[in-house]
Amino acid sequence: MSGHGHDHDHDHAPITNGDEPAAAARARALEELLVDKGVIRREDVRAGIDWLVSRTPADGARLVARAWTDPTFKQRLLADARAAALELGLDPGPAPVVVAVENTEDVHHVVVCTLCSCYPRALLGPPPDWYKSLPYRSRTVSEPRGVLTEFGVELDDEVELRVLDSTADIRYLVIPRRPAGSEGLTEEELAALVTRDSMIGVANAAPRLRR
Amino acid sequence: MTYRVGQRVRVAARHHAGHHRTPGYCKGKTGRIERVHGQFTNPETRAYGGDGLPELRLYSVGFGDGDHRVYADIFEHWLERAP
Repeated sequence: MSGHGHDHDHDHAPITNGDEPAAAARARALEELLVDKGVIRREDVRAGIDWLVSRTPADGARLVARAWTDPTFKQRLLADARAAALELGLDPGPAPVVVAVENTEDVHHVVVCTLCSCYPRALLGPPPDWYKSLPYRSRTVSEPRGVLTEFGVELDDEVELRVLDSTADIRYLVIPRRPAGSEGLTEEELAALVTRDSMIGVANAAPRLRR
Repeated sequence: MTYRVGQRVRVAARHHAGHHRTPGYCKGKTGRIERVHGQFTNPETRAYGGDGLPELRLYSVGFGDGDHRVYADIFEHWLERAP
Protein backbone atom coordinates (compact mmCIF):
# COMPACT_ATOMS: atom_id res chain seq x y z
CA MET A 1 0.00 0.00 0.00
CA SER A 2 1.62 3.23 -1.05
CA GLY A 3 0.34 6.64 -0.11
CA HIS A 4 -3.05 7.08 1.51
CA GLY A 5 -4.83 9.70 -0.43
CA HIS A 6 -3.28 12.98 0.61
CA ASP A 7 -0.67 15.22 -0.90
CA HIS A 8 2.74 14.08 0.22
CA ASP A 9 5.59 13.54 -2.15
CA HIS A 10 6.96 10.73 -0.04
CA ASP A 11 5.72 7.38 1.24
CA HIS A 12 5.35 6.88 4.94
CA ALA A 13 3.71 4.26 7.11
CA PRO A 14 0.73 5.31 9.23
CA ILE A 15 1.35 5.66 12.96
CA THR A 16 -0.23 2.58 14.56
CA ASN A 17 0.03 0.47 17.67
CA GLY A 18 2.11 -2.14 15.84
CA ASP A 19 0.10 -5.28 15.17
CA GLU A 20 -3.09 -3.35 14.73
CA PRO A 21 -6.29 -5.25 15.54
CA ALA A 22 -9.06 -5.17 12.94
CA ALA A 23 -11.28 -2.90 15.07
CA ALA A 24 -8.48 -0.36 15.45
CA ALA A 25 -7.79 -0.39 11.72
CA ARG A 26 -11.48 0.17 11.06
CA ALA A 27 -11.63 3.04 13.56
CA ARG A 28 -8.57 4.62 11.99
CA ALA A 29 -10.02 4.28 8.48
CA LEU A 30 -13.26 5.88 9.66
CA GLU A 31 -11.36 8.71 11.31
CA GLU A 32 -9.36 9.32 8.11
CA LEU A 33 -12.54 9.47 6.10
CA LEU A 34 -14.40 11.76 8.51
CA VAL A 35 -11.46 14.13 8.68
CA ASP A 36 -11.00 14.10 4.88
CA LYS A 37 -14.69 14.92 4.43
CA GLY A 38 -14.50 17.70 7.01
CA VAL A 39 -17.04 16.13 9.38
CA ILE A 40 -14.63 16.18 12.31
CA ARG A 41 -11.18 17.57 12.98
CA ARG A 42 -8.19 15.70 14.39
CA GLU A 43 -8.32 18.04 17.40
CA ASP A 44 -11.87 16.85 18.14
CA VAL A 45 -10.72 13.25 18.23
CA ARG A 46 -7.78 14.10 20.45
CA ALA A 47 -9.95 16.22 22.76
CA GLY A 48 -12.40 13.32 23.06
CA ILE A 49 -9.64 10.89 23.97
CA ASP A 50 -8.11 13.39 26.41
CA TRP A 51 -11.48 13.81 28.12
CA LEU A 52 -12.03 10.07 28.36
CA VAL A 53 -8.63 9.22 29.80
CA SER A 54 -8.81 12.16 32.21
CA ARG A 55 -11.82 10.59 33.93
CA THR A 56 -11.19 8.23 36.84
CA PRO A 57 -13.24 6.22 39.34
CA ALA A 58 -12.18 8.76 41.98
CA ASP A 59 -15.15 10.95 40.97
CA GLY A 60 -17.66 8.13 41.43
CA ALA A 61 -15.96 7.29 44.73
CA ARG A 62 -16.51 10.85 45.99
CA LEU A 63 -20.23 10.50 45.29
CA VAL A 64 -20.40 7.20 47.15
CA ALA A 65 -18.38 8.44 50.13
CA ARG A 66 -20.64 11.48 50.46
CA ALA A 67 -23.70 9.23 50.22
CA TRP A 68 -22.31 7.02 53.01
CA THR A 69 -21.83 9.98 55.33
CA ASP A 70 -24.85 12.10 54.41
CA PRO A 71 -28.22 10.30 54.15
CA THR A 72 -29.98 13.28 52.57
CA PHE A 73 -27.27 13.46 49.88
CA LYS A 74 -27.77 9.74 49.31
CA GLN A 75 -31.47 10.36 48.68
CA ARG A 76 -30.60 13.10 46.18
CA LEU A 77 -28.05 10.80 44.50
CA LEU A 78 -30.64 8.02 44.18
CA ALA A 79 -33.22 10.47 42.84
CA ASP A 80 -30.97 12.24 40.31
CA ALA A 81 -27.33 11.21 40.11
CA ARG A 82 -26.53 13.82 37.48
CA ALA A 83 -27.68 16.66 39.72
CA ALA A 84 -25.85 15.10 42.70
CA ALA A 85 -22.61 14.98 40.69
CA LEU A 86 -22.99 18.63 39.71
CA GLU A 87 -23.60 19.47 43.37
CA LEU A 88 -20.12 18.08 44.21
CA GLY A 89 -18.61 19.98 41.28
CA LEU A 90 -18.15 16.78 39.24
CA ASP A 91 -18.71 16.47 35.51
CA PRO A 92 -21.49 13.91 34.93
CA GLY A 93 -20.63 13.77 31.22
CA PRO A 94 -22.78 13.78 28.12
CA ALA A 95 -24.99 10.78 29.03
CA PRO A 96 -28.49 12.15 29.51
CA VAL A 97 -29.29 10.20 32.65
CA VAL A 98 -27.16 8.53 35.30
CA VAL A 99 -29.09 6.31 37.68
CA ALA A 100 -27.53 5.35 41.01
CA VAL A 101 -28.66 2.18 42.73
CA GLU A 102 -27.85 1.07 46.26
CA ASN A 103 -26.50 -2.28 47.35
CA THR A 104 -27.78 -3.32 50.76
CA GLU A 105 -27.82 -6.40 52.99
CA ASP A 106 -30.86 -7.60 51.05
CA VAL A 107 -30.33 -6.42 47.45
CA HIS A 108 -27.25 -6.60 45.23
CA HIS A 109 -27.00 -4.84 41.85
CA VAL A 110 -24.50 -5.62 39.11
CA VAL A 111 -24.21 -3.67 35.86
CA VAL A 112 -23.58 -4.96 32.35
CA CYS A 113 -24.11 -3.75 28.81
CA THR A 114 -25.02 -6.81 26.78
CA LEU A 115 -25.22 -4.85 23.52
CA CYS A 116 -21.88 -3.02 23.66
CA SER A 117 -20.02 -1.26 26.49
CA CYS A 118 -22.29 1.47 27.89
CA TYR A 119 -20.74 2.66 31.13
CA PRO A 120 -20.80 5.86 33.22
CA ARG A 121 -17.45 6.94 31.77
CA ALA A 122 -17.63 10.48 33.11
CA LEU A 123 -17.74 9.22 36.70
CA LEU A 124 -15.73 5.97 36.41
CA GLY A 125 -13.30 6.54 33.54
CA PRO A 126 -12.90 4.11 30.66
CA PRO A 127 -14.49 0.69 31.26
CA PRO A 128 -12.20 -2.24 32.01
CA ASP A 129 -11.52 -4.61 29.09
CA TRP A 130 -13.41 -7.46 30.72
CA TYR A 131 -16.54 -5.27 30.86
CA LYS A 132 -16.48 -5.19 27.05
CA SER A 133 -15.74 -8.90 26.67
CA LEU A 134 -18.33 -11.31 25.28
CA PRO A 135 -18.10 -13.72 28.25
CA TYR A 136 -18.89 -10.96 30.78
CA ARG A 137 -21.67 -9.54 28.63
CA SER A 138 -23.37 -12.87 28.01
CA ARG A 139 -22.80 -14.65 31.32
CA THR A 140 -23.80 -11.75 33.58
CA VAL A 141 -27.41 -11.96 32.41
CA SER A 142 -27.56 -15.77 32.37
CA GLU A 143 -25.55 -16.86 35.44
CA PRO A 144 -24.68 -13.74 37.42
CA ARG A 145 -24.00 -15.56 40.69
CA GLY A 146 -21.29 -17.59 38.97
CA VAL A 147 -19.78 -14.42 37.51
CA LEU A 148 -19.82 -12.73 40.93
CA THR A 149 -18.16 -15.78 42.51
CA GLU A 150 -15.35 -15.47 39.98
CA PHE A 151 -14.92 -11.83 41.00
CA GLY A 152 -14.79 -12.94 44.65
CA VAL A 153 -18.29 -11.92 45.72
CA GLU A 154 -20.23 -14.67 47.50
CA LEU A 155 -23.85 -13.65 47.98
CA ASP A 156 -26.12 -15.41 50.45
CA ASP A 157 -28.95 -17.24 48.71
CA GLU A 158 -31.51 -14.88 50.29
CA VAL A 159 -29.94 -11.78 48.72
CA GLU A 160 -32.03 -10.49 45.82
CA LEU A 161 -29.75 -10.18 42.80
CA ARG A 162 -30.58 -7.56 40.17
CA VAL A 163 -28.67 -7.42 36.91
CA LEU A 164 -28.95 -4.01 35.23
CA ASP A 165 -28.44 -4.20 31.47
CA SER A 166 -27.73 -0.66 30.22
CA THR A 167 -29.28 -1.19 26.81
CA ALA A 168 -30.19 2.42 26.02
CA ASP A 169 -29.53 5.96 27.31
CA ILE A 170 -29.23 5.25 31.03
CA ARG A 171 -25.86 4.79 32.73
CA TYR A 172 -25.84 2.96 36.05
CA LEU A 173 -23.66 3.60 39.09
CA VAL A 174 -23.76 1.18 42.02
CA ILE A 175 -23.45 2.52 45.57
CA PRO A 176 -21.70 -0.39 47.31
CA ARG A 177 -22.37 -1.26 50.96
CA ARG A 178 -20.33 0.71 53.44
CA PRO A 179 -17.80 -1.68 55.00
CA ALA A 180 -18.28 -2.63 58.65
CA GLY A 181 -15.74 -0.97 60.90
CA SER A 182 -15.42 2.16 58.75
CA GLU A 183 -17.33 4.36 61.22
CA GLY A 184 -14.35 6.46 62.30
CA LEU A 185 -13.09 7.28 58.81
CA THR A 186 -13.26 10.69 57.15
CA GLU A 187 -15.11 11.14 53.88
CA GLU A 188 -11.79 11.22 52.03
CA GLU A 189 -10.65 7.99 53.69
CA LEU A 190 -13.98 6.39 52.85
CA ALA A 191 -13.62 7.38 49.20
CA ALA A 192 -10.37 5.38 49.10
CA LEU A 193 -12.39 2.24 49.91
CA VAL A 194 -14.69 2.72 46.93
CA THR A 195 -13.15 0.77 44.07
CA ARG A 196 -14.14 0.94 40.43
CA ASP A 197 -15.35 -2.67 40.51
CA SER A 198 -17.53 -2.00 43.57
CA MET A 199 -19.34 0.72 41.59
CA ILE A 200 -20.00 -1.81 38.77
CA GLY A 201 -21.26 -4.27 41.37
CA VAL A 202 -18.73 -7.05 40.75
CA ALA A 203 -16.98 -6.36 44.05
CA ASN A 204 -17.68 -5.04 47.50
CA ALA A 205 -16.01 -1.87 48.75
CA ALA A 206 -12.53 -2.50 50.12
CA PRO A 207 -12.73 -3.42 53.81
CA ARG A 208 -9.73 -1.31 54.89
CA LEU A 209 -7.60 1.54 53.68
CA ARG A 210 -5.11 0.64 50.99
CA ARG A 211 -1.70 2.02 51.83
CA MET B 1 -49.60 3.22 24.68
CA THR B 2 -47.92 4.29 27.89
CA TYR B 3 -47.24 2.07 30.87
CA ARG B 4 -47.10 2.46 34.64
CA VAL B 5 -44.75 0.92 37.16
CA GLY B 6 -46.01 -2.54 38.08
CA GLN B 7 -47.75 -3.29 34.78
CA ARG B 8 -46.92 -6.53 33.02
CA VAL B 9 -45.63 -6.16 29.49
CA ARG B 10 -44.42 -8.42 26.73
CA VAL B 11 -41.47 -7.49 24.53
CA ALA B 12 -42.24 -7.86 20.84
CA ALA B 13 -40.55 -10.90 19.30
CA ARG B 14 -40.10 -9.19 15.95
CA HIS B 15 -36.97 -9.19 13.89
CA HIS B 16 -35.44 -5.79 13.24
CA ALA B 17 -32.68 -5.72 10.67
CA GLY B 18 -31.19 -2.35 11.64
CA HIS B 19 -29.63 -0.91 14.76
CA HIS B 20 -31.85 -1.32 17.82
CA ARG B 21 -31.45 -1.52 21.56
CA THR B 22 -33.72 -4.42 22.41
CA PRO B 23 -31.54 -7.39 23.39
CA GLY B 24 -32.42 -10.71 21.77
CA TYR B 25 -32.68 -12.51 25.11
CA CYS B 26 -35.78 -10.54 26.16
CA LYS B 27 -37.67 -10.59 22.86
CA GLY B 28 -40.96 -12.46 23.32
CA LYS B 29 -40.50 -12.42 27.12
CA THR B 30 -42.94 -11.06 29.64
CA GLY B 31 -41.70 -8.69 32.31
CA ARG B 32 -42.78 -5.92 34.66
CA ILE B 33 -42.38 -2.16 34.31
CA GLU B 34 -39.95 -1.23 37.09
CA ARG B 35 -39.22 2.41 36.31
CA VAL B 36 -40.21 5.04 33.78
CA HIS B 37 -36.99 6.71 32.64
CA GLY B 38 -38.57 9.45 30.53
CA GLN B 39 -38.44 10.36 26.86
CA PHE B 40 -35.38 9.76 24.68
CA THR B 41 -34.54 10.06 21.02
CA ASN B 42 -35.01 6.94 18.95
CA PRO B 43 -31.68 5.13 18.42
CA GLU B 44 -33.15 3.22 15.47
CA THR B 45 -33.22 6.35 13.33
CA ARG B 46 -30.41 8.28 15.05
CA ALA B 47 -28.01 5.48 14.12
CA TYR B 48 -28.51 6.36 10.46
CA GLY B 49 -28.06 10.10 10.70
CA GLY B 50 -31.65 10.91 11.66
CA ASP B 51 -32.67 13.23 14.46
CA GLY B 52 -34.30 10.43 16.48
CA LEU B 53 -37.55 12.38 16.71
CA PRO B 54 -40.20 11.93 17.90
CA GLU B 55 -38.79 10.96 21.27
CA LEU B 56 -40.00 7.69 22.74
CA ARG B 57 -40.70 6.68 26.31
CA LEU B 58 -38.03 4.43 27.81
CA TYR B 59 -38.78 1.95 30.59
CA SER B 60 -36.80 -0.29 32.87
CA VAL B 61 -38.39 -3.72 32.45
CA GLY B 62 -37.61 -6.50 34.93
CA PHE B 63 -37.53 -10.13 33.80
CA GLY B 64 -37.27 -13.46 35.59
CA ASP B 65 -38.21 -14.66 39.04
CA GLY B 66 -35.69 -17.28 40.03
CA ASP B 67 -32.13 -16.90 41.19
CA HIS B 68 -31.91 -13.34 39.83
CA ARG B 69 -33.80 -10.73 37.85
CA VAL B 70 -32.55 -8.89 34.78
CA TYR B 71 -33.56 -5.26 34.21
CA ALA B 72 -33.26 -4.01 30.64
CA ASP B 73 -34.12 -0.55 29.30
CA ILE B 74 -36.73 -1.00 26.57
CA PHE B 75 -38.34 1.62 24.34
CA GLU B 76 -42.11 1.83 24.34
CA HIS B 77 -42.69 0.72 20.74
CA TRP B 78 -41.20 -2.69 21.61
CA LEU B 79 -43.72 -3.28 24.40
CA GLU B 80 -47.30 -4.53 24.51
CA ARG B 81 -49.67 -5.20 27.41
CA ALA B 82 -49.41 -8.69 28.89
CA PRO B 83 -52.04 -10.46 31.00
